[in-house]
Amino acid sequence: MTQSSSAGLDAALASGLAADEYALIVKRLNREPNAVELGVFSVMWSEHCSYKSSRRHLAKFPTSGPRVIQGPGENAGVVDIGDGQAVVFKMESHNHPSFIEPYQGAATGVGGIMRDVFTMGARPVALLNALRFGDPSHPGTRRLVAGVVAGIGGYGNCVGVPTVAGETNFHRGYDGNILVNAMCVGLADSDKIFYSAAPAAGLPVVYFGSKTGRDGIHGATMASAEFDTDSEAKRPTVQVGDPFAEKLLIEATLELMASGAVAAIQDMGAAGLTSSCVEMAGKGAVGVELDLDAVPQREENMTAYEMMLSESQERMLAILKPGREADGQRIFQKWGLDAATIGRTTDTGRIVLRHHGEIVCDLPLAPLTEDAPNYDRPWTEPVRQPHLDPAHIPAPTDWEAAVLTVMSCPDVASKRWIWEQYDRHVMADTVEDSATGADAGVVRVHGSAKGLAVTSDCTPRYVSADPYEGGKQAVAEAWRNLTAVGALPIAITDNLNFGNPERPEIMGQIVKAIEGMAEACRALDFPVVSGNVSLYNETNGAAIPPTPTVGAVGLLADYDRRAGFGTAKTGDTLLLLGVSRGELGSSLYLRECLGREDGAPPPVDLTAERRNGDLVRNLISEGAIQVVHDLSDGGLIAAAAELALASDVGVTLDATSAAHAHAFLFGEDQGRYLIATAAPDAIIDRAQAFGVPVATVGHAGGEAFVSGPLFSIPLARLRDAHEGWMPGYMDRPA
Amino acid sequence: MKAVVHVFLKPGVLDVQGKAVQSALHGLGWGDVDHVRVGRVIEFDLAGEDAADGKARVEAMCQRLLANPVIEGYRVEIAP
Repeated sequence: MTQSSSAGLDAALASGLAADEYALIVKRLNREPNAVELGVFSVMWSEHCSYKSSRRHLAKFPTSGPRVIQGPGENAGVVDIGDGQAVVFKMESHNHPSFIEPYQGAATGVGGIMRDVFTMGARPVALLNALRFGDPSHPGTRRLVAGVVAGIGGYGNCVGVPTVAGETNFHRGYDGNILVNAMCVGLADSDKIFYSAAPAAGLPVVYFGSKTGRDGIHGATMASAEFDTDSEAKRPTVQVGDPFAEKLLIEATLELMASGAVAAIQDMGAAGLTSSCVEMAGKGAVGVELDLDAVPQREENMTAYEMMLSESQERMLAILKPGREADGQRIFQKWGLDAATIGRTTDTGRIVLRHHGEIVCDLPLAPLTEDAPNYDRPWTEPVRQPHLDPAHIPAPTDWEAAVLTVMSCPDVASKRWIWEQYDRHVMADTVEDSATGADAGVVRVHGSAKGLAVTSDCTPRYVSADPYEGGKQAVAEAWRNLTAVGALPIAITDNLNFGNPERPEIMGQIVKAIEGMAEACRALDFPVVSGNVSLYNETNGAAIPPTPTVGAVGLLADYDRRAGFGTAKTGDTLLLLGVSRGELGSSLYLRECLGREDGAPPPVDLTAERRNGDLVRNLISEGAIQVVHDLSDGGLIAAAAELALASDVGVTLDATSAAHAHAFLFGEDQGRYLIATAAPDAIIDRAQAFGVPVATVGHAGGEAFVSGPLFSIPLARLRDAHEGWMPGYMDRPA
Repeated sequence: MKAVVHVFLKPGVLDVQGKAVQSALHGLGWGDVDHVRVGRVIEFDLAGEDAADGKARVEAMCQRLLANPVIEGYRVEIAP
């Protein structure tokens, strides 16, 4: 049996592989890999490409359904929306690059997720971002916020795809490791979806897009490594995005597909040329042979290793049908893109690379893909927080201060400073965005009455306190947000951000969060169709709060029959649907007003969630209600205050009959909706007939946010607190 | 003293601006142009007499503000 040399092992360890993984490679090959081959293995076996710690747990997700055309495993998920159309979407992290160079890291994150979508044959129509930053008082936070937001805007705005929704949290748990999760939603004809599996041997492999440079080498491996204080040394791997090149790439790709020349296609994302050609050949059970001298290169004297591992942006790899290379060339020339035929598919089941006339890599594909490590890492059951009895939680002594504290805390305060930097209306199909006062963004399906509702959600403090319930809650909140605009939730993508899976307590978070999410997905008929896993989000051994972000898409049959919370009128009655027990565990009230981050998060009753949501959606689609807001962070206080601010009308809440007013007003019980209506009796009757608990909790009118005798806050003062925090924080002198 | 700072993208970092300029030059008929890189020059007056001290101060400014040391390099010139 071949032994591994110490030099080979050292190189393997330096590239991020473990010693036993290197031994396995040597055993599978029956020889030591050369430097190029080791590079190929190191990226294909990285966490980012192989999902080696999460694969067996991801299998617990429901991934099929009557609408699902393509579930996880391709570049993006594909879901039928009727009339021969499909929505194509995915969310992906760019956490590590954004921490190192926030502008370019976030920008290339947006570019990368768009490529995943148009690679499937879809035109991108909406972007979302789920951002998590460190504590506002941390010295690095402001610079990271400024850079990330500018990067997202810079790229998305230039390409011309609207950024319509998102979420932003701040917590000291992200001080050393921010999260930038970008989601793209696209539209395609459901019979014109393109896949990555190479269909046959003997077909040309065509590279097109930007040239290959030395940027981003080992990005996939970096994305799977912890930070330490030497992260400075990892800086040269930062890649720079070119949004105009991306725009040309979108148009060229869609035109190439329409020409009928494409047999298979894949973008070059993490691990660049390596992962795209290995995955295309591996999925098609063929082989591939490339001549690296033909690769368009930006720099001189690039080595085979550098070319295979480069993460230069805005590049695609296509396998064309026989005799169609001239069609491709005509299209690439029209759009001003570099392009070259760099190889052919073969029937060998191997990847063979030639450079300067020599074979520099000759590997069987199977060990790289389906034989990649699949670990059952040890995990421990997370320690669950005890349930908190509201009777033992102090009520505010100064109610006005408590309300303003919650409404101006970084997680609830208006994110206008962020979304004003995004073009939310380009393409002219946006009907709800971050500015309009709705629980989800809505874009029209051009030329039809249909609308797509999009949202991203996760409440990391719940997942920290109880990964299983927190995982359920992330899915349920996304479902609720889509429902609150009147959309039928159809599918989700997920972005699972966690710490080091080799630590059993972190692995326990991963396992339980996935199981909780899977339970919610099953109960809500909300399959997972794509996703991304980002592990090793740690700095010096301190892990981020577990953050399984859910990106979700819903379908509106008629976008004119939708709801928001910006049109409540004087005289409207406020109805609360759902049960209010006064859950204060892991609530914002507890954290922001009492400085405590403990207690069990609010449980999610999935049966009630579904029943309540189905009623709300029915009422919206019938036109019976137009003003709806879901309850989440900050409970009834935050929902009612946001409704008042968005509608520019005062709101009075009646908490006098509650056993504990603070638990009633600040409790974060799940499965609830706030409705403003001029005809409450009919809605109450419907709710009772549907078995949904309903209560009259107040009315709209006046110019203040009131709950007598607890507080009365002029709307202008409430608005200053809610709108003022973020600009005050970002624009203050250094 | 007068300080002149030349800031340029590090070798290997994609220069989107350079790429656009090169493409435009090619379009105008200068097909003989290759590897265009665009940087910037920053000039300012600096109090003090000691050139070595001045250079150290300007390099600190480059690290903190004038350049993005993650992707950019710089060169400082001090003239009396």
